[in-house]
Amino acid sequence: MNPGCVEIDASGLHFSELNSIVRSAVSSGKRDIVLRNVAGQRYIGTNLYNAAESLDQVNITIYGTPGNDLGAFLDGPTITVFGNAMDGIGNTMNRGLIAVHGRAGDIAGFSARGGEIFIKDNAGYRTGIHMKEYMTMKPVMVIGGTVQDFLGEYMAGGVIIILGLTLKKGESHHCRYVGTGMHGGAIFIRGNIEEHQLSKTIGAVDLTPEDQSMLIRYVEKYSALFGVDVSFVDPAEFTKLVPLSVRPYKKLYAY
Amino acid sequence: MKPRKASDFGIRSNRLSEFSVDRDYDRCIKCEVCIRQCSFDVHYRDTEDDVIRQHPELCVGCQRCAVLCPTNALVIRQNPAGYRAHGSWSGEHIKDINIQAETGGVVLTGSGNDKQAPVYWDRLLINASQVTNPSIDPLREPMELRTYIGSKPDVVELDGEKLAAKMPPRVKLDTPIIFSALSYGAISYQVQKALAQAARELGTLYNTGEGGLHPDFYEYKDNTIVQVASGRFGVHPDYLNSASMVEIKIGQGAKPGIGGHLAGEKVSEQVSITRMIPPGTDAISPAPQHDIYSIEDLRMLIFALKEATNYRVPISVKIAAVHNAPAIASGIVRAGADVVAIDGFRGGTGAAPKVIRDNVGLPIEFALAAVDKRLRDEGIRNRVSIIAGGGIRNSGDIVKAIALGADAVYIGTAALIAVGCTLCQKCYSGKCNWGIATQNPYLAKRVNPDIARQRLVNLVTGWSHEIKEMLGGMGVNSIESLRGNRNQLRGIGLSKEELEILGVRPAGG
Repeated sequence: MNPGCVEIDASGLHFSELNSIVRSAVSSGKRDIVLRNVAGQRYIGTNLYNAAESLDQVNITIYGTPGNDLGAFLDGPTITVFGNAMDGIGNTMNRGLIAVHGRAGDIAGFSARGGEIFIKDNAGYRTGIHMKEYMTMKPVMVIGGTVQDFLGEYMAGGVIIILGLTLKKGESHHCRYVGTGMHGGAIFIRGNIEEHQLSKTIGAVDLTPEDQSMLIRYVEKYSALFGVDVSFVDPAEFTKLVPLSVRPYKKLYAY
Repeated sequence: MKPRKASDFGIRSNRLSEFSVDRDYDRCIKCEVCIRQCSFDVHYRDTEDDVIRQHPELCVGCQRCAVLCPTNALVIRQNPAGYRAHGSWSGEHIKDINIQAETGGVVLTGSGNDKQAPVYWDRLLINASQVTNPSIDPLREPMELRTYIGSKPDVVELDGEKLAAKMPPRVKLDTPIIFSALSYGAISYQVQKALAQAARELGTLYNTGEGGLHPDFYEYKDNTIVQVASGRFGVHPDYLNSASMVEIKIGQGAKPGIGGHLAGEKVSEQVSITRMIPPGTDAISPAPQHDIYSIEDLRMLIFALKEATNYRVPISVKIAAVHNAPAIASGIVRAGADVVAIDGFRGGTGAAPKVIRDNVGLPIEFALAAVDKRLRDEGIRNRVSIIAGGGIRNSGDIVKAIALGADAVYIGTAALIAVGCTLCQKCYSGKCNWGIATQNPYLAKRVNPDIARQRLVNLVTGWSHEIKEMLGGMGVNSIESLRGNRNQLRGIGLSKEELEILGVRPAGG
């Protein structure tokens, strides 16, 4: 085994024990950390602040089902999950990458300000809620399948790409109230979505050439990460949804 | 400057001026200080007649011009005319209806509830010793105000002379007075700097509010509480690890149950850096935290923050004082918080819908007493410290709060008054003439951080000494002996039910 690599058996470990072991491994110079038998342990990758000079080379590979808030406040590492993820993955994430070879629960990417999240299959309710962006930081979330209601609620920045690969032929997305309170960023969605499924404060606009090349880049990255052929996905099939106003509540007050 | 009419500011003639601006023309030397000082454009030079005139209908009553007029030529007072007196419909009701009839919007306000709800501090009296258990003179004898904020273990086990188990993280305060959450964005850089410096000098804490932390203030780490609120603005690992306490903001006394919108106009280049959002965009804090829909979810965030800070600092949960506060506080303790902060309905705000500020929530006195009792009854009071805020006006209020069960108090409005605030309640406008609640550099530089720091230090030093005098008077030499000691309080003019909730006996009884 590579000296920078370590395998940890997570069976029976409380999240604080498991995360403390992971932190010690990073502090002692390990860069490839493989966690086996993960069963619901929360906050994996959350406690790595100052564990090493740079966390960008840290790879955490998880076998099993990590618990809620996987990669909350993540700031650099790459997390790969061979299994499904629960709620709150990438909560308030700053930098790094999370790839889930399965599905994700609710509020994936909540308040993320940077980094990338890839979900191979479907994600739950309120996906990408209150994602934001700042200067060069721009979070991107790619969902291979479809999502539940309130996609991109309060979204203030960043990009969400929904590939719709799990929809049957002729099946529409089922999510409603898409982009409620959205005031920044963009949602790219492939597959049929009706106007009544959208918040009244967002609308569809034409894709720019930059959007198209960005979509191609992320679809290719999805394909490479999960080893699936998605060459049939055409950027022209996407609907781009953006807020109609960047100040949705400007007229709320008497001034 | 060209004279401007009220209609230039969108003000209709059917709103009566709230204030009267009386200029003594014998004294006025036309120096234009008033014109330069007023961001609401009340004063102007009438070039035809070469005199300074005024638009009283634009006046907010902040008294900046009156204080700075070198010849004392200005008197600003409540408009003596007012609307026709009415027992049910006050001038304020009429004015607000007019504002809403013109705009169809929500009436905003700033600072704390200004209505005449009873202030229970004023109905509580403090004890003192006479003859027996003699009083102590703090000038000559040690008097302990030191306070530790954080969880205390259920039992203390010793291994020889040392503690057997690791103690939970605590913060040491030299005085039980903490500056409450005032975000950069709501207040200016200069004022936040003064608060940070004063906290360091006093051995206490200041609270960043939910506006993130300016990199210049990382050096005050040991005296900083950082807040994590629903908008998660500026929340990242550096931020969480640049503090000695992290506070989850669930609610605020001035606006329980609602979120907040920092208008794009106030998101300057500098504010954008701390909030980590593009300049000029609205910073929307939703009403709930989207990852918290239950006590179990709250526990999830508490432990996410404990993990993110490697269990180094206490985690506080701040709630507004509401009807169910005791049960909620019990849930917060069981969710693993180290501190419960309760904000009463007289607490201040940079902006809130007026109808909410004035009608929602509870007085801190009741919420504090009820929470402390509930936690003691459940045998879990030791697991948290309680910080009470929302309407603490002087050291007497602090002594009463501690006797009702608080470990420490938050002061916000009092701190801003020390810096110059006159409670004109226009914080939401961003035009604060005193340079406090503004991001306009021309206005903000009116606060000199060094002078503001000194005034804050003076205030808290004075209050701390007064607390020592009151403790000495009671014949105790440590704030610990006062904590939750309701025997030191008596109520006046309170009903049986009120006395029961406060847990104090009537005066003379």
